[in-house]
Amino acid sequence: MTDTTTWAETDVGALQRQADRRHRWGRIGLYSGATLFAFLAAFPFSWALISMFKQSNDLYVKENNPFWFNEAPTLEHLRLLFLETNYLTFIRNTVLVGLAVTAITLAISLPAAYALARLRLRWGERMGIAIFLVYLIPPTLLFIPMTRVITSLGLQESLLSLILVYPTITIPISSWLLMGFFKGIPMDIEEQAMVDGHSRMGAIARVVLPLMFPGIIAVVVFAFTLSSHEFIYALAFNKSSAVKTIATGVPTELVRGDVFFWQSLQGAVIMIAVPIALLFNAFLDRFISGFTMGAVKG
Amino acid sequence: MAVVEVRDLRKEFGDVVAVDGVDLRSEEGEFLVLLGPSGCGKTTLLRMIAGLEQPTEGEIRIGDEDVSRLPPRARRIAMVFQSYALYPHMTVANNIAFPLKAQGMDSEERNQKVEWAAGLFGIERLLQRRPRQLSGGERQRVALARALVREPTVFLLDEPLSNLDAKLRAAARDDLMEFQRRIGITTIYVTHDQVEAMGMGDRIAVMDHGKIRQLGTPEEVYHHPADVFVAQFLGSPPMNLLETAGFLFGFRPEQFLPEGVAADEGTRVPFTFHVNRIEYLGSERFLYGFIREYDETRVIAMLPATVTLPISIDQDHKFSVAKDQLRFFDYDDGVKIAPQPLMR
Repeated sequence: MTDTTTWAETDVGALQRQADRRHRWGRIGLYSGATLFAFLAAFPFSWALISMFKQSNDLYVKENNPFWFNEAPTLEHLRLLFLETNYLTFIRNTVLVGLAVTAITLAISLPAAYALARLRLRWGERMGIAIFLVYLIPPTLLFIPMTRVITSLGLQESLLSLILVYPTITIPISSWLLMGFFKGIPMDIEEQAMVDGHSRMGAIARVVLPLMFPGIIAVVVFAFTLSSHEFIYALAFNKSSAVKTIATGVPTELVRGDVFFWQSLQGAVIMIAVPIALLFNAFLDRFISGFTMGAVKG
Repeated sequence: MAVVEVRDLRKEFGDVVAVDGVDLRSEEGEFLVLLGPSGCGKTTLLRMIAGLEQPTEGEIRIGDEDVSRLPPRARRIAMVFQSYALYPHMTVANNIAFPLKAQGMDSEERNQKVEWAAGLFGIERLLQRRPRQLSGGERQRVALARALVREPTVFLLDEPLSNLDAKLRAAARDDLMEFQRRIGITTIYVTHDQVEAMGMGDRIAVMDHGKIRQLGTPEEVYHHPADVFVAQFLGSPPMNLLETAGFLFGFRPEQFLPEGVAADEGTRVPFTFHVNRIEYLGSERFLYGFIREYDETRVIAMLPATVTLPISIDQDHKFSVAKDQLRFFDYDDGVKIAPQPLMR
């Protein structure tokens, strides 16, 4: 028996060391992978950040180190961006359109998704699919008829054109997305709130919507990013500088003929991308967390 | 406290009739069980009483007031769902306070009430937790505390024990009964488990296909079933049913005893029981076989452990049933009829 005991003891020690070693290499692998991807993700940002302060000579000479300043940095390109283009107007337009589109999208797709998720009849599902199909028609096909609609409504050269048209893209996909979230919330919880003293609307507001938070955030992100990067409609409806968004304003006014204002372009992109990235990062946990866990037993 | 009464209640979902003309009246403070197989309409009936479904026809009265058109919140009822439906984004304390908040009670009074309800179920130490951090039994207690904190007039329970494991279920049943006796609140309890129904109910309404087949005490529905469905739904194993000249008769497996075991030999009806198989379960023995006189219909006998008489398989044995333990049913509609002479 003593033999077996010693054998077991030594073996456990060796196994333990082996497991530790594996664990250590596993961590090293994980972190080097993560670091690599972090660099890949950050590289365009850092390049843009450096380029926006470079003098044109520095940027265009092939022999220069592209990753650092070979001549003194300059604010000249930012001055051009802010003072000689309508950059601030573009930002304001983008934010206005984005907020309006997000609000309209939520106001329509939340009730629509609720109805589609809770309808007991089979055509609820079919209507959901029909709504989703609308999303599959690409804007490249739709922009010509849409332009005629906008013109006959007299909305060309106005932000209202975009505020009216973008929801045709965002509402179908958002309804579909929110429908899934609504289905994930047990009917029991809503009915319990009704028994506990609320009307159906009260139950939805107090119990269902708080649980819908991750879905609502997802829709806000989707609707806002779509209306800020959409290009075709924005280009087709609005020509004058005062009603352009970032997506159309920056490329049309910083590429003049065949002259690219690279540093100003990079600056325009960086200053809009970084705040948005930070904002989304703040809600990252909310996307991921399994929010309804523990709602029902088992 | 209140009496719940439903009159000629009907519910149709499209072509499906879920509840088909039910009349039912609870007693004051009674524990009334709705028992039936799944799809019998018992949950739909409960949901109509709660106001979560609109009846197609009929009337619901709680405490002598017609509530048929009232929304759930106005009916002064409490309900515990099968899933417990705890609000996952709130602490236990906020879950329990939720119905009080809906009433607009001020926070000091609310806190007192929450403490009281939590004390009732011994969950004071859980108040700051969230539902996902609780075990099944704890969740049940929180759901009960939340249901009772408002001191409702009627308490509705939809299979609240069915998701607990067997051991916990017995303890939870005990808790629930003790607490219902103490508060004395009218309770309507839906279940498909006949052991729960028999053990807990003051009265049982046995349902099938949207109708109440029988309403009575556990003794009544077990010993004097109104029809063949009730006879075979209750009891495990169910009542043995045999067919003879134009009618059916039946007896419970535990009433079917070997000759010499039962005391009242004179008033017993003898049968020749051919035993095929024996299951020994410790506290009892199940004998599977058939009766020679009646077309070899399958019959089960249940002998308590106190009967140690050896029984050999694949042989005929003399068994008998006391005459007053035989039940008779109409051949066509299965409804209980008066005792008939058994022809040989």
